[in-house]
Amino acid sequence: MSTETAQPGVTSTGTPAASQQLTVMGALKANLRDYGLLAALIFIMLFFQYFTNGVLFKPVNLTNIILQNSYIIVMALGMLLVIVAGHIDLSVGSVSGFIGALAAMLMVGWRFPPEFAFLANPFVAGAICIVVGAAIGAAQGYLIAYHKIPSFIVTLAGMLIFKGLSLAILAGKSVGPFPAEFQLLSAGFIPDLIGPTTLVAAGEGTQAVVLHTTTAVLAVVGVVAMVIMALRGRSRRKARGYENEPYGLFIAKNLVIAALVLFFCYMLASYRGLPNVLIVMGVLIALFVFITKRMTFGRRIYALGGNLKAASLSGIKTERLTFYVFAIMGALAALAGMIYAARLNSATPKAGQGLELDVIAAVFIGGASALGGVGAVAGAVIGAFILGVMNNGMSIMGINIDLQQMIKGVVLLAAVFFDLYNKNRA
Amino acid sequence: MSETILEMRGITKTFPGVKALSDVNLSVREAEIHAIVGENGAGKSTLMKVLSGVYPDGSYDGQIIYKGEEQHFKSIRDSEHKGIVIIHQELALVPLLSIAENIFLGNEQAKGGVIDWDETRDGARKLLGMVGLSEDPNTLVTNIGVGKQQLVEIAKALSKEVKLLILDEPTASLSEKDSAALLDLLMEFRKQGITSILISHKLNEISKVADRITVIRDGRSIETLNKEDISEDRIITLMVGRSLDDRYPARVPNIGEVVFEVKNWSVYHPLHRERQVIKNIDINIRKGEVVGIAGLMGSGRTEFAMSVFGRSYGQKITGDVYVNGQKVDTSTVQRAVSHGLAYATEDRKTYGLNLIDHIKHNTTIANLEGISKVGVIDDMAEMDVANEYRKKTNIRSSSVYQVTGNLSGGNQQKVVLSKWLFSNPDVLILDEPTRGIDVGAKYEIYTIINDLAAQGKAVLVISSEMPELLGITDRVYVMNEGRIVGEMPTSEASQEKIMRAIVRAEGKAS
Repeated sequence: MSTETAQPGVTSTGTPAASQQLTVMGALKANLRDYGLLAALIFIMLFFQYFTNGVLFKPVNLTNIILQNSYIIVMALGMLLVIVAGHIDLSVGSVSGFIGALAAMLMVGWRFPPEFAFLANPFVAGAICIVVGAAIGAAQGYLIAYHKIPSFIVTLAGMLIFKGLSLAILAGKSVGPFPAEFQLLSAGFIPDLIGPTTLVAAGEGTQAVVLHTTTAVLAVVGVVAMVIMALRGRSRRKARGYENEPYGLFIAKNLVIAALVLFFCYMLASYRGLPNVLIVMGVLIALFVFITKRMTFGRRIYALGGNLKAASLSGIKTERLTFYVFAIMGALAALAGMIYAARLNSATPKAGQGLELDVIAAVFIGGASALGGVGAVAGAVIGAFILGVMNNGMSIMGINIDLQQMIKGVVLLAAVFFDLYNKNRA
Repeated sequence: MSETILEMRGITKTFPGVKALSDVNLSVREAEIHAIVGENGAGKSTLMKVLSGVYPDGSYDGQIIYKGEEQHFKSIRDSEHKGIVIIHQELALVPLLSIAENIFLGNEQAKGGVIDWDETRDGARKLLGMVGLSEDPNTLVTNIGVGKQQLVEIAKALSKEVKLLILDEPTASLSEKDSAALLDLLMEFRKQGITSILISHKLNEISKVADRITVIRDGRSIETLNKEDISEDRIITLMVGRSLDDRYPARVPNIGEVVFEVKNWSVYHPLHRERQVIKNIDINIRKGEVVGIAGLMGSGRTEFAMSVFGRSYGQKITGDVYVNGQKVDTSTVQRAVSHGLAYATEDRKTYGLNLIDHIKHNTTIANLEGISKVGVIDDMAEMDVANEYRKKTNIRSSSVYQVTGNLSGGNQQKVVLSKWLFSNPDVLILDEPTRGIDVGAKYEIYTIINDLAAQGKAVLVISSEMPELLGITDRVYVMNEGRIVGEMPTSEASQEKIMRAIVRAEGKAS
């Protein structure tokens, strides 16, 4: 659908130099899905901003939305790889719950003899949890990749097994609270090394606006770095004579994204600054974008999901790749489980249950194909935020949980329907 | 002389861009065995699909007159209703259902939707008796051999009160004994007044049972011979009857040392452990040489190539592969590629391309190391590579971002070639490189093959089109039933010679 507009002579400007330039409409059409998704998120945010009488965009609420959805987003990154590879992982909710329980038992529940007391150290325990999560993923991946048991079945079994194991090691009780260091994972904010800046002093009837300066500085630095990288990429492409999107669109796109990021960070800065978990998330998102877009490992996952037989005849070790994908998913489920437990400040036997459905829904709303081979990290993240903002907004509006579920179901269906409709029309 | 049961007049069937049948006439008499012969792709199967309603009335031109009435079959159901039953080369049985269930599939012995199992089993037993099978009707189809499965298919046809039975290559995957039993059965049916149309390559079988033969070539009916006029020579001449013209670019061979050699290669079927598919094959290719493997469908050429290329086919594989005189391990695709092998598949949609991704990604996927450092892809280098090969192989697309699923067959094939050219192999195995693509694109592919040979690569071309092999190769191996049954320099080869090598081997085998 996208490429025909790039043909020489079809472009609106008739100059030879423009032959490598996409038209505005062409570029928009080519990225309809990405822009559409972002537009949908912005629309949903504005919608709830209006219907919650401005509560949604309150700094404290925006911070909350991040904290509430961080573990979904962390797992959505791994789930994206799983789904692109043509599989599914139903066990992630239970695995995250189990790891939360394991973390609690290591740090609080089990009384270790002195020579093993180091195991209760939050950092040691955290590392153990990640390794155990990766091992769980690897075990499931091994059965799926090398024994060709359908992932649906392996991970359905995993879901039941780890649900049971959480109950077993917690002996049916909630265990907590966690050590302060561990709580920081979800409840902490980055320290303001520079010190607060007062933008607006408190006046009659108005509150002071005090900014978390480090957050503000980081935001500006981040945005500048992003724009510089975009400009460099553009000029490199131009130097080699490859097509670029029209300059106007490029500027507009970067302005919108920069404005969004700055606005968002301003909001956070005027509350308590960047949450620690947002930093973790940000790093992971950047890493996964890099893996999927730039690394051979990521490229091979798309090839595997797009056509397994062709991939293996092209020399791709499809089994090993599938195995790694599930191991990564396991490690991310473990991290998510710890974030969840740290947020609640206790591990409960019911933790994590049903989360897999939110995670899978986020990835599909984000445009991944259930047949494999198609999907993007950015889409999955936006998909998770769409669900998260809807949850948050509907709760503030006081909409009943039953209705909330139905609305989310309809949104999932509509997103996938829109996708297929677009594809068939092209 | 018995009367005519079926008459097909002026059948013409066009697919987008290809005329599969043009003005085909076929006349079949009641209670005869009528054989249809022709090269691969001559249009035999298409003709039978027209007859049985797989291609519905209106999708072709011409008339079908059956039992004196013009027929307009909209589907297989319509033709089966009239007693015309086709048994395809690929059996249409459900492996995990019983023989009885398969026989009455879609035609269940039921009252008001409730299956009468006694009736089903008794009926099945009776029909099995008619085809000479004594199997328990409750046996699962997967537990009986291919030969018996074929007979179950025929029993199924009988359950539909067949008057005209069409068999498409029925003995292609059968052992000699099973083949003989099947042919005897057809002769038995003839006595009972059932007419059969038999599509086959195997001339010895045909001369044994057929009353008349119609030869089809390039989508046209050439001639119908009576039993007394049937001779091997006559049939071969009619089957190939084309002359080579300048559809092939000229090439000046510059042939060097042997670079690729396979010795004593044997492979067994991936599912049927006892069936040997490839039998002690020895081949070699020299630097700058284009070598062809000729053979009929099912002769084992693709199986051979895929088993060499990373053991992608078969089991219990034995034999050695040498590249530049060095014995090499090709037991995985990665190892085969690292030793300079490349295999471009005959089925580009299933095995060759990621159809939902674009040209750029498909071009580089077999050699991502070539555009990356420590696992990080240099996207500019990738763009350069994709554009370079798009230009080299002359892929017609708007850009390298065109999704390969939307390309024509010829351009898809060029993407597959680009992918393997970029992996920079010493030995290229091209399996049916021009299947299903138009004449112009074929010429371009031949030019690419010539260029590769000129660069000193060894090229192995598997093709079912004999003129193509004669037009582009330096040497030809002839393969039949998993064996090399002939080898000749192309300068001394001819279609007749190749056909003769195949037919002789068939004769020996039976």
